[in-house]
Amino acid sequence: MDPKVIPNTPKHASSSQIPPPPFSLFIPTNNLIAMAMAIKLPLILLFFSSSLIPTFSLFEDQVGLMDWHQRYIGKVKHAVFHTQKAGRKRVVVSTEENVIASLDLRRGEIFWRHVLGANDVVDKIDIALGKYVITLSSEGSILRAWNLPDGQMVWESFLSGSKSSKALLTVPANLKVDLDSPIIVYSGACIHAISSIDGEYLWKKDFASEGSVDVHQLILPGGSDVVHAVGVTDSSQFDTYEIHIKNGGLLKHTSASFPGGIYGEILPISGDRFVVLDASRSVLVLITIENGQIHLEQTHISDLIHGSSGNTVILPSKLSGIFSLRTDNGIVFIKVTDEGKLNVMEKVDKTVVISDALPLSEGEQAFALVQHGDGKIELSVRLVHDMSSNHLKETVKMDHERGFVHKIFINNYVRTDRSHGFRALIVMEDHSLLLLQQGEIVWTRDDGLASVIDVATSELPVEKIGVSVAKVEHSLFEWLKGHMLKLKGTLMLATPDEVAAIQKIRLQSSEKSRMTRDHNGFRRLLILLTRAGKLYALHTGDGRVVWSTLLQSLRTTSQQCAGIKLHQWQVPHHHALDNNPSVLVVGRCGLSLTSPSALSIVDAYTGKELQNMGPVQHSTVQVISLPFRDSSEQQLHLLIDADKRAHLYPTTPEAAHIFQRESENVYWYSVESEAGILRGYGVKKSHSSDTPSEYCFETRNLWSVVFPSESEKIIGTVTRKPNEVVHTQAKVIADEDVMYKYISKNMLFVATVSPKASGPIGSATPDESVLVVYLVDTVTGRILHRMTHLGSQGPVHAVLSENWVVYHYFNLRAHRYGMSIIEIYDQSRAENKDILKLIVGKHNLTTPVSSYSRPEVTTKSQSYFFTHSVKAISVTSTAKGITSKHLLIGTIGDQVLALDKRFVDPRRSLNPTQADKEEGLLPLTDALPIIPQSYVTHSFKVEGLRGIETVPAKLESTSLVFAYGVDLFHTRIAPSRTYDSLTEDFNYALLLLTILALVVAIFVTWVLSERKDLQDKWSWPQTQLWLQSSSEQRLLNICSTPVNMFVNQNR
Amino acid sequence: MEQLDLDHSVPVFHIDRLSLQLLLMEKGKGVMGSRKWAVDFTDNSSTPSTRDIPDPPGFTRESLDLDDSSLSRQKKDAESNWKSQKAWEVAQAPFKNLMMMGFMMWMAGSTVHLFSIGITFSALWQPLSALQGVGKVFEPYKDNKVDLLAPKLLYIALNLGGMLLGVWKLNTLGLLPTHASDWVSSLPPAHEVEFSGGGIALH
Repeated sequence: MDPKVIPNTPKHASSSQIPPPPFSLFIPTNNLIAMAMAIKLPLILLFFSSSLIPTFSLFEDQVGLMDWHQRYIGKVKHAVFHTQKAGRKRVVVSTEENVIASLDLRRGEIFWRHVLGANDVVDKIDIALGKYVITLSSEGSILRAWNLPDGQMVWESFLSGSKSSKALLTVPANLKVDLDSPIIVYSGACIHAISSIDGEYLWKKDFASEGSVDVHQLILPGGSDVVHAVGVTDSSQFDTYEIHIKNGGLLKHTSASFPGGIYGEILPISGDRFVVLDASRSVLVLITIENGQIHLEQTHISDLIHGSSGNTVILPSKLSGIFSLRTDNGIVFIKVTDEGKLNVMEKVDKTVVISDALPLSEGEQAFALVQHGDGKIELSVRLVHDMSSNHLKETVKMDHERGFVHKIFINNYVRTDRSHGFRALIVMEDHSLLLLQQGEIVWTRDDGLASVIDVATSELPVEKIGVSVAKVEHSLFEWLKGHMLKLKGTLMLATPDEVAAIQKIRLQSSEKSRMTRDHNGFRRLLILLTRAGKLYALHTGDGRVVWSTLLQSLRTTSQQCAGIKLHQWQVPHHHALDNNPSVLVVGRCGLSLTSPSALSIVDAYTGKELQNMGPVQHSTVQVISLPFRDSSEQQLHLLIDADKRAHLYPTTPEAAHIFQRESENVYWYSVESEAGILRGYGVKKSHSSDTPSEYCFETRNLWSVVFPSESEKIIGTVTRKPNEVVHTQAKVIADEDVMYKYISKNMLFVATVSPKASGPIGSATPDESVLVVYLVDTVTGRILHRMTHLGSQGPVHAVLSENWVVYHYFNLRAHRYGMSIIEIYDQSRAENKDILKLIVGKHNLTTPVSSYSRPEVTTKSQSYFFTHSVKAISVTSTAKGITSKHLLIGTIGDQVLALDKRFVDPRRSLNPTQADKEEGLLPLTDALPIIPQSYVTHSFKVEGLRGIETVPAKLESTSLVFAYGVDLFHTRIAPSRTYDSLTEDFNYALLLLTILALVVAIFVTWVLSERKDLQDKWSWPQTQLWLQSSSEQRLLNICSTPVNMFVNQNR
Repeated sequence: MEQLDLDHSVPVFHIDRLSLQLLLMEKGKGVMGSRKWAVDFTDNSSTPSTRDIPDPPGFTRESLDLDDSSLSRQKKDAESNWKSQKAWEVAQAPFKNLMMMGFMMWMAGSTVHLFSIGITFSALWQPLSALQGVGKVFEPYKDNKVDLLAPKLLYIALNLGGMLLGVWKLNTLGLLPTHASDWVSSLPPAHEVEFSGGGIALH
């Protein structure tokens, strides 16, 4: 959908963008506020935003000017090379973000890409017939074929099974059955044969009737019409089935019992040999099928490898005749001889990663192993039949920040001298993807950015004073040149080449990507925490990666550590200006909530880990950023552990002192979704004897809100953004009346549905499903407001800002999505309407409020239909909170839609009065309009959209928007238009020229008028006198001549 | 006695005597700038500087002066009458202005835009500047015999009326802080005593 891009008009096509304006008209907000006192602010705003509904439509040549879009795929799980044709060499990959993509092998660019969605996990991929990419997804229940060159879907088959099982996919290379090549799929405890041409069902063999067999491998011996399925029943019996490939008929079934039980997967060694570990992981079982009989042979691992312990795993790399075993000490290659003997061939380091075998020519197979060294990796390719020597060995320099190699896929090509060359695709610890060829990194992709967990922002460093004169001259020259070009464009004198140059200048303006703080606050660093535990800093100007760091604190332990939260740690503003801003990363080492946590503080300018506090002893279930700062402007944080104890950071006596001073007003709450309970806690001032340190505080339960479990289940909560700025507490409505907003940071929105309706849409009837929403004060546990939506259900997406909450849900009765708004007003302040008292300042409007004073509140609410289903909702935020707000809605189509908050105003009515109209209230409609021009993502899609972050710029009118998912998108929007600055395409050259021309004109006309005046003066008395008398005229003639002469001499 | 009453910048001629005077050229624009010299023909006939010529017989300078004084009294009465009449006229002048202003305000409408704001502010400014210059306006009509108080009061009252009209217009435009909303619309939210944070357990 690209309704945004309006066909290029000649005028705008030629209007150009020059390096951003060196100055812009900026009304300091203080002045604005002062103005607002005297003159009414709404009127001023009305004055500025002349049109009723501002939209963000932009012209085609404005795309990329202040927005950028980056496409990623995520961590690669499988890769299949397609290099048969000489033309476009490509690799097809599937990733953990459920993306299938075709990448260019030369540059790493995406040819095509499909994001399958969060619950359509890709199990296997392969290439069939040399032209289709086959994907098996959703636990083997969906089989799709995609056209290899362009990614169009060719066919799709749904495979139904009797029960869930693992999914296996086999695409026979040279198998023809009645002019068709079947694809053999095992899923849902059935073997399916699917035609690869059109996805038709050929046959199905259900294994549910054969007992609870679990098939591990499907093998198609070359040249036969039989499919071998090897499986295990109840982990104590091996089963092999031979199935006819034409009709699915069972030919043979053999089984052998193995009382020891098995661990892991059966790995095929050759066509009739398999290997597996027993349940104790200390015995290798070699399975040989001979003449329809199964022979089992057990070998103790300790006999093969001396001094190995229990953590043994068979690696799934399929190498013919060889298998690899990973123990605590390293990886061992074991060869299976023809007689069924196991011979240890080689031991390598534990960190070595092994690829699958790659068939080279007749009977020859190669595989690659990667060894990690210091600042480099060693890639070696070996031939399976000749393990003793490396066929190829390359050493490649590797960035430390990429971590270890996680996966390797190899592919070969034939060199001009007919020898084999190899290229390797490696997946690193930070989820990046690299292609190695001839000892060099051909390309890299930072695909870790596809799995952003949390976002923080940071200012850029202040510009150093003292720029060289040459630089200034150069930039001035560039600036002038750009403006002259732009002027030419405006006057339509530019040639096509110049138009292209103008566009290039606009897009690659060096100004927007500089590494210094700018006046308008558009340039920032976006700090992104990814699932791989890597921190990236992206520049908002052009989206480039400024620095990236793999957090060492998350890698130190053997356990799986992952980052979970990112917080601002230090934002130097007034004091400690020498310090760089820093962020706090909270991670968890382990999968359960009680696992120990890892903390790390990272410099936001350089990416260096300033402090590595991990792993710490306590667990972390909540991170609370307190509104207090110590003298070095470090933000105080409370980390709540699983035992409901509060741990204070930073662990300094000063911080402890500040916290103890304020602790009686610090509360925290927990939402227990499973139990349906909200609990509020207070922090005990003194730490008792059993707390481990002086920075650990006990908490006590103050209140609980228990939702009845039979009728309500919590499906969503939302609070206000802690850094949101609210400009005013009063809302001026029609007839100059005032309503006082109930503005509290301690307000929590909770949505519950009846348990029956907690499933997907359609799982409950309208009568069964009830959606209840609450506004809860989290200090006292008081329920401020409760509202019931009958016949509605989740999923609920909500956003809470200032004194309102907007939420999105599904209305079952109307079969449509709905959106509702609740605005909450403070009734206890409503009496403050006496002007005299307000003028002299006798009011209670600025006195601090306590939640325990139980202010009386009233609410207003309204509901509307909304066409789209929603993935995320956010709201714009500006520096002072004066500018009107827009809701940013992440639609199901992975776009971001900006919806004016005025559309969701509970005071809208069907027939607005004149006063309402003047106030700007829109007439009530049942559905919220979707204006195609207001998609902020215009023609882009943020695939797999998960979140939308807004950051205020310094310019009050503007808000920076960052949307993330598999893709990243950034732009800036001005909800009330840029009333405080000149537009981007303002032509300064034209303005200067006009001023210059005017000044010249003034001088010229002044000189001309002077001359005219003088002439008039001289001619005027003469003519007059001529009329008076001839004698006088004569006299004058006599007198004037010498006088004139005299004057001239005097000069 | 003949006097040519031309423009001031023009040399004035007199037949009897002729004197020539050079004037310093004044730098600058305008009429004065172009005057580089002037011929000053002073009329010395009425001054008794030419005492060497005796008065004709039967001519008494005193009787002429006496006659002149009664004549000048008459003249002065007429002048003061004329002055008071003029003063009243001046005092009533703002009324016309007021009417015109009212009409223009009515034309401007009650929405805030450049035109209406301009008119309103000129409606406020004009009476203000006029009130500042009350003394100056009535300066030419200052006389011992003329009572300027009443015209001045009328003048002030009319101007105040004009100003009120401007203020009223300002109010209809909604630019006067006469409502509670004007005083609270920029009040920041009250500080909260308690702080609470938390949420669903992180996973």
